[in-house]
Amino acid sequence: MKFSLPYLLLLPLAIILVLLPTVLSSYSISLITQALIFVLFAMSLDLLVGSLGLPSLGHAAFFGVGAYTAALISLKVTMNFWICLIAGIFSGLIASAIFGLLAIRAGGSSFLMITLALGQVLWGVAYKWRSFTGGDDGLTGIAFPSFGVPWALNRDSYYYIVLIIVSLMCVFLAIIVSSPFGLTLKGIRDSELRMKALGYNVVLYKYSCFILAAAFASVSGVLFVFYNRFVGPSDLGIVLSAKGLLMVILGGVGTLWGPAFGAMVITLMENIFSAVMDRWIMLLGIIYVLVILFFPRGVIGTIKEKARGN
Amino acid sequence: MDFLILQSLNSISFGMLLFLVASGLSLIFGLMAVVNLAHGSFYLIGAYIALTFIKITGNFGYALAVACLVVPAIGILIERVFLHRLFKNELAQVLLTFGFIFIFQDACLWIWGGVPQSFRSPEILSISVSLGGPLKFPVYRLFVIVIGCLVALGLWFLIERTRLGMVVRAGVDNSEMAQAVGVNVSRLFSVVFALGVLLAALGGVLGGPIIGVYPGVDMEILLFALVVIIIGGQGSLKGAFWGSLVVGVLDNFGKALFPELSLFSIFAPMAMVLAVRPQGLFGAK
Repeated sequence: MKFSLPYLLLLPLAIILVLLPTVLSSYSISLITQALIFVLFAMSLDLLVGSLGLPSLGHAAFFGVGAYTAALISLKVTMNFWICLIAGIFSGLIASAIFGLLAIRAGGSSFLMITLALGQVLWGVAYKWRSFTGGDDGLTGIAFPSFGVPWALNRDSYYYIVLIIVSLMCVFLAIIVSSPFGLTLKGIRDSELRMKALGYNVVLYKYSCFILAAAFASVSGVLFVFYNRFVGPSDLGIVLSAKGLLMVILGGVGTLWGPAFGAMVITLMENIFSAVMDRWIMLLGIIYVLVILFFPRGVIGTIKEKARGN
Repeated sequence: MDFLILQSLNSISFGMLLFLVASGLSLIFGLMAVVNLAHGSFYLIGAYIALTFIKITGNFGYALAVACLVVPAIGILIERVFLHRLFKNELAQVLLTFGFIFIFQDACLWIWGGVPQSFRSPEILSISVSLGGPLKFPVYRLFVIVIGCLVALGLWFLIERTRLGMVVRAGVDNSEMAQAVGVNVSRLFSVVFALGVLLAALGGVLGGPIIGVYPGVDMEILLFALVVIIIGGQGSLKGAFWGSLVVGVLDNFGKALFPELSLFSIFAPMAMVLAVRPQGLFGAK
């Protein structure tokens, strides 16, 4: 592997992230914790959109399934974080295995439409099935979980837990994307017919990628629920799904680090602006329009293009 | 038995309302390959504009006319200024329309507030007819059924029997080839987009007295319309018609029989269609 610029930047970035709590207020750290969780969500979506060229508008479904599962387990069964995490991933896998069967044969706009409809149905279930999901009140009173480690952990140390898990997952994702599996996905994105002719089981690869991306999304959902202490229907609806796509596009489709950057920017902006202005929703809409008109290749994508041009 | 008749009529009237919205969505998707996510927003704006004009003039007809003029004008503006630049870039087009959901949602909240509102149907239609015995049914819902069928017939005639329809069909089959033989595809896109938006607005005005106007109805209607065209087949008028009826029936009976799981009643058939016939009941492969 050659050490390109992004990899050289990772070490100082890691050091900065580790040292941040010593400088920043606990409010800022909480914001960054949230941003890190969405970094993982956006990168998981980029595995699907970037590597495979399949734009999903239902990716939040797996984030939400992970979050709801972790919330229900922690409320009703055990407060052990790792059990909640595994259960969350497991339910994300099941949901994506079912959704994938229905959606994966479609391409482009149809895929988008089908994932949107499937995701919204799940949203509807969360919204209507009051006895199980709490309806639009969501699930509240989620306590800080236990981690089964000898140190005493509290809310302030959750930042580190999120940082460690998200970093690990990002490394995983980076490995997957550059592995033979990831390269095959890119081959399918560029020419499905040729890959089929070369003897690749295209549908199986697409299906595996869909499920894999969903598993990472459900990890971010589990992390989110213990951060937020609340999960509601909006955590699996189209608004979050589309926000994920916006993060991916803002950063640059298929660049993996770009979506991470996009997630940081959007999450921080949302928290800062929605606190100080009434018309945040409209501003968010305008941001969508502007990003798509002026940054269609994303920030990282545009920088890469410039670098290649020189 | 009474339950069955009443619910069936309710289902059909809701289905016809859905048809108005879904046929527009399907038309736009069929020709331009754009999933117009703001379609529900046009429904919402149409309903709100009608609400305001009914308050001012007290006349349903004026309100309908104004909504059906203003909303397509907004649609043409969006198509010409924004969507047009992103020709052939479907993901960008879809996300752009999603941005407009937020813009319209917030603008409507700003102008009309967040309280669910409703307006009355026209005076002559605000009565009920007897369906034999004690059974009564609102005339307005029958009126919606009639309008839905008339629009279906009109659209069928437009697409299958007129020159414009011929050009649209050519564009759906192969837009590049249509362009090569001299069709102004760019203008065609605007016309079809405006027509689709007009249908959504019409749905909004006619739906106001039945389901009301409130923040969030845009997304609900969008979801229903999407399910309709997934079941019926993308880009197919016939598919939109039968899909709407199917979804109308499933939703009404689902809500009446299993209130907590009502969305499953449309989800299960949609999943079945996707599994067995991914292109939809009437979709071309």
